[in-house]
Amino acid sequence: MSILVDKNTKVIVQGFTGKEATFHAQECLKYGTQIVGGVTPYKGGTVHLGLPVFNTVKEAIEATGATVSLLFVPPQNVADAIMEAASCGIELCIAITEGAPVKDIQIAKAYANKNNMKLIGPNCPGIVSADECKLGIMPANIFKKGCVGVISKSGTLTYEATNQVVLAGLGISTAVGIGGDPIIGLSYKELLQMFEEDEATKAIVLIGEIGGTLEIEAAYYIKENITKPVVAFIAGQHAPKGKRMGHAGAIISGGKGTAIEKMEALKACGVTVVLSPAHIGKTVLEVLKI
Amino acid sequence: MNIHEYQAKQIFRKYYLPTPKGFLANTVHETLKCAKKLGGKKWVLKAQVHTGGRGKAGGIKIAHSLEEVKLYAQELLGMTLITKQTGPDGIVVQKIYIEEGINITYEAYLAITLDRSIEMPVLMGSRDGGVEIEKVAMDNPNSIKKIPIDPSIGFKDFHGRELAFELGIFREDINNFIAFARTLYRIYIEDDAELIEINPLVKTDKNQFLALDGKMGLDDSALFRHNDIEAMRDVSQENEEEQEASRYGLSYIKLDGNVGCMVNGAGLAMATMDIIHYEGGSAANFLDVGGNASATSVAKGFELILKDANVKVIFVNIFAGIVRCDRIAYGILEACKNVDVKVPIVVRLDGTNAFIAAKILKEAHISNIIVATSLEDGAKKAVEASRK
Repeated sequence: MSILVDKNTKVIVQGFTGKEATFHAQECLKYGTQIVGGVTPYKGGTVHLGLPVFNTVKEAIEATGATVSLLFVPPQNVADAIMEAASCGIELCIAITEGAPVKDIQIAKAYANKNNMKLIGPNCPGIVSADECKLGIMPANIFKKGCVGVISKSGTLTYEATNQVVLAGLGISTAVGIGGDPIIGLSYKELLQMFEEDEATKAIVLIGEIGGTLEIEAAYYIKENITKPVVAFIAGQHAPKGKRMGHAGAIISGGKGTAIEKMEALKACGVTVVLSPAHIGKTVLEVLKI
Repeated sequence: MNIHEYQAKQIFRKYYLPTPKGFLANTVHETLKCAKKLGGKKWVLKAQVHTGGRGKAGGIKIAHSLEEVKLYAQELLGMTLITKQTGPDGIVVQKIYIEEGINITYEAYLAITLDRSIEMPVLMGSRDGGVEIEKVAMDNPNSIKKIPIDPSIGFKDFHGRELAFELGIFREDINNFIAFARTLYRIYIEDDAELIEINPLVKTDKNQFLALDGKMGLDDSALFRHNDIEAMRDVSQENEEEQEASRYGLSYIKLDGNVGCMVNGAGLAMATMDIIHYEGGSAANFLDVGGNASATSVAKGFELILKDANVKVIFVNIFAGIVRCDRIAYGILEACKNVDVKVPIVVRLDGTNAFIAAKILKEAHISNIIVATSLEDGAKKAVEASRK
């Protein structure tokens, strides 16, 4: 079991014939992901990686029955591509691209919500349901199937946490990179609920960072709704105020969105918070023993 | 990206948002000429630097005669302005914006920005205009009224009315106020602003609303569609190392510790700073080499880190997904060849091609490389080396 995607998920790639999309689609196919085609305007009717290319998402869905789209289009086209997917019945869209204008995503997300399409990202590494489906840019070889769910704003910290969990003798059910932008699609809350309902998941790792309030909302949600143990790490405990730390969303503005306030909220809501990013794996092992 | 007050006001004027009359001056002579052109008996001289708290730091002067204009211009140009935001080094004033003096009958704070928790723009207003708004937000957060604006309907009159009542705007002024706020929203949306702050918004003795000050920040990701605004970038106001880093695809921020850090990914880069502190050390910088790291960009990263004389050790912490460890290893070798690296380098390479990278480094026989086997091991070794 897993959340969001599994071995039966049919996927199309938007921006399929681009360089990044081509490389990562190949890696996803190697992992066993059912990519059934892709979309690149004006390249409809051609074949790429042995798969059909369509001009529009609508045509791609009609021909392949895909329900999920993986999106690698340039930053200025991200919102348009998300809305195209939402307009014709895609159920889940994963936007990898970094650098989309905030205003565009604000509108695209509102439209996705209206059309009941789940959005992951943008500016995210994607999703891996171990041994079943990989969508995005995460390195396949670190994932071993197991009982730990991971939700993270950061790509490399997802790899770090996954690696520690595996070295601790455990494995991953699904790992989801939710993205580091100021406005992102699904957030901790929705994914925590999915992991709560997923039988294969026994514990959840939550990785957050400075900026915004999503981790604090997650803390209150966990207190009310989540019975499975949660281990959290918040990056940027020593980040200076008012500086954007790599991710567009990772900024303490007006003194708000610090790691400390997030860690305290999580602790107050019963989450095990680790101070050192090297202690994620062993702490998951400890909470599972209780 | 941030722009100067005079540039924000240029944008305001393009949208017919009223501002005081003013000119930009680079020298004392120019300032005097501008004062004469403006006429009147009162002038305001404002240092054009990218920082808040200018008034408090002495960067804004009110002159009542041309002699005073000259005196204040001499004082301001070349002065180092130190505010809470600039830090102890301060920032040198190179430009003055000189404006006509305005007689004020009312002032307030007005701003618009994204509220991330509701994912909509919020229009903010407070009767405590002209003062440090951060302080107001801390001491009396309820005095700042926030009006969310759903972009699917945009700014409507009721948004303006709600704020006007809160700010004690007179009935006869309400239409003017609503028009002002509507224009502000329009600028925010059309120019992809991150923040527009008017502190203070004033009413003149001629019953006109004016943006007496103007601060504007733009969404970097949207600059590709605003060439006119991109052209306003003043590199002299930005950190030199940070700019140089960005030209090489690196994201670099200098800090005050002594462990230099080179990491891939923003999250892991922040976490690396955290673990160094956790192990008892302190990070000299934040550095994300990004997903397209090459030998050249890694070497550049070393060069930037080593510009900081405090650095006693460099911790290379890579968990490779897209970026490959062997490329990082070649980068380290290139850096050691071109830059004289005298400090120890603690290297932790994990993920894609880590095995090949380890071999490359081993065969190069560089004496100051210390190999670490995990994040924790690397942090411990780096902190230990920083104490020697």
